[in-house]
Amino acid sequence: MTRSADHATAPTATLTVDDRRPEQLSLTIAGRLDLAGATALWQTACELIELRRPRQLLLMATDIDYCDGTGIGLLVEIERQTLRHGGSFKLKGLRDEFAKLREQFELSELAELPSSRPEPCCLPEATGIAVVKTWRALRALVAFTGELSVAMLAALRRPQSIRWRDVWLIAEKAGADALPIVALLSFLVGLIMAFQAAIPMRQFGTEIYVANLIGLATLRELGPLMTAIILAGRSASAFAAEIGTMKVNEEIDALTTMGLNPVPFLVVTRVLAALFVTPLLTLFADLFGLAGGSVVLLSLNYPLVTYIHQVQSAVSMGDCLGGLAKSLVFGIIIAAIGCLHGLRAGSGASAVGDAATRAVVSGIVLIVIGDGIFSVLYYYLGI
Amino acid sequence: METAATPIIEVQGLTAAYGEESILENLSFTVNHGEVFVILGGSGCGKSTLLKHLIGLYQPANGQIFIDGQDLVSTYGESRQTLLRKIGVMYQHGALFGSMTLLENLCLPLEEFTELPETARNLIATMNLSLVGLADYHHYYPAEISGGMRKRAAIARAMVLGPQILFLDEPSAGLDPITSAEMDELILRLAGSLGMTIVAVSHELPSIHAIADQVIMLDKQTKGITARGTPQQLAHSDSPQVRQFFARQAGS
Repeated sequence: MTRSADHATAPTATLTVDDRRPEQLSLTIAGRLDLAGATALWQTACELIELRRPRQLLLMATDIDYCDGTGIGLLVEIERQTLRHGGSFKLKGLRDEFAKLREQFELSELAELPSSRPEPCCLPEATGIAVVKTWRALRALVAFTGELSVAMLAALRRPQSIRWRDVWLIAEKAGADALPIVALLSFLVGLIMAFQAAIPMRQFGTEIYVANLIGLATLRELGPLMTAIILAGRSASAFAAEIGTMKVNEEIDALTTMGLNPVPFLVVTRVLAALFVTPLLTLFADLFGLAGGSVVLLSLNYPLVTYIHQVQSAVSMGDCLGGLAKSLVFGIIIAAIGCLHGLRAGSGASAVGDAATRAVVSGIVLIVIGDGIFSVLYYYLGI
Repeated sequence: METAATPIIEVQGLTAAYGEESILENLSFTVNHGEVFVILGGSGCGKSTLLKHLIGLYQPANGQIFIDGQDLVSTYGESRQTLLRKIGVMYQHGALFGSMTLLENLCLPLEEFTELPETARNLIATMNLSLVGLADYHHYYPAEISGGMRKRAAIARAMVLGPQILFLDEPSAGLDPITSAEMDELILRLAGSLGMTIVAVSHELPSIHAIADQVIMLDKQTKGITARGTPQQLAHSDSPQVRQFFARQAGS
């Protein structure tokens, strides 16, 4: 029986089987035993040994013209399989140069093949790992909050120590550049919400109260929340990726060894920038949300002045200021979480992506939790 | 085995340029089968640019590059892929995939380009790791091992598909003298036992003396080859630039 190895140009290796002697299986490999040759013969050779389970296997290698690492791999595999089935193995005629290569591998070293994937851990172990990870993340969050608070207080006490040039640059990127997307999304959300509300309210002739709904919902909730979520997706991820890349490139280590604390140097500037731009963007979000609502009422033949008057009667300055106060806190959360995950990034390319993902996810979760706390607080304060 | 002293790489009139600015002009040289060929030169002379042309990453402004008799510049599609499979490359910083273990890094090309079963892929990957002395580190991620180990793992990955030519970008750069000497030994062992042709970019003189059969030295001013020959021939060259380079490196 002869099996040829397919190759782009010609058969490169052949396997001939001689089983005339019952106690001995004799294999002859000839030709070029490179990746293509070895690959083509691999399955056949392994199946043959599995099937015959020879007590003795003689491998004739005299006619092997070329043999690289993969070729040696095939010879090792044939030997290993034979020994596994309790047989003895003999290799004959392998040229000196290939024999030297074969000698570089210790069969015992290669006997236990490592699995390319880690074994999945059991449920209690996975739970334990998750709990420890969460505990460590919480501890890091608390420690970081403390460190940031100290750095912010120190910066406020000595404003000249703040790198204002960086603050304005970051504010431009995170704020001014985000204005078009914040305006567009707020306008569309205002419009869609007004439209959805107007349909049932029209049945009762109360569509004018759409203005009240839009005014209250936008100023108190949607404006700050939409802005914060957009900023979490846009800026928190950018902060995490930027600082994460600095961490991977050892730039954070360089700052530390220069005697510069990364928190005041990198985090305070970003938190201050977010603190300035988030309320401003929220104001724009409010304005465009209300404009979106006005389009629906105008299409229902209500004049603009009526809409404005209705909004004015429904909302107070407290609603507007309450929304802006929330946005200040959201701004701090977005910047701080982005920076925290950047500073905690691991090493390697995937670490930066992971840091950005974690920053967005935990940023949005914290914003929503914060919004809930504000709702309860405002209820008790009567705002 | 392939016969020695027959060219496996032939570069003819190669001109490399970034936009309008040419880096290398009208370069011609050959690399023979089984040779350890070193491209030498100071910073910014175009060593890495030449390497990137030889491995097909950059298209030359002019000239031809023959790999095993086939012109890399004018070969496209499937033939180019087949041609590129004859070469393996170790990048300066390893370029191992950070999200994969060393074993997975080596198994990836085998998985993509062969029909081998998983056990065979694992065996070949482990053997290649064992060749570079990293069999015990198969489950480590690149970030968990040292720079020298990362370079050795990158060599193992470059060899896993059994290439005829191995390109090494600064194999000893950034390594301590002992690790650097170990790297030189590994290169010599690979060239000896696998009969591989090795093309290395380097400016480390001890390494060049240890491994190189042939050296070309590039020059930033002339944008071409300023000297060629064995390391000993270059060390005794008449060219003042070459002598200065060797003298400064030896003194450093």
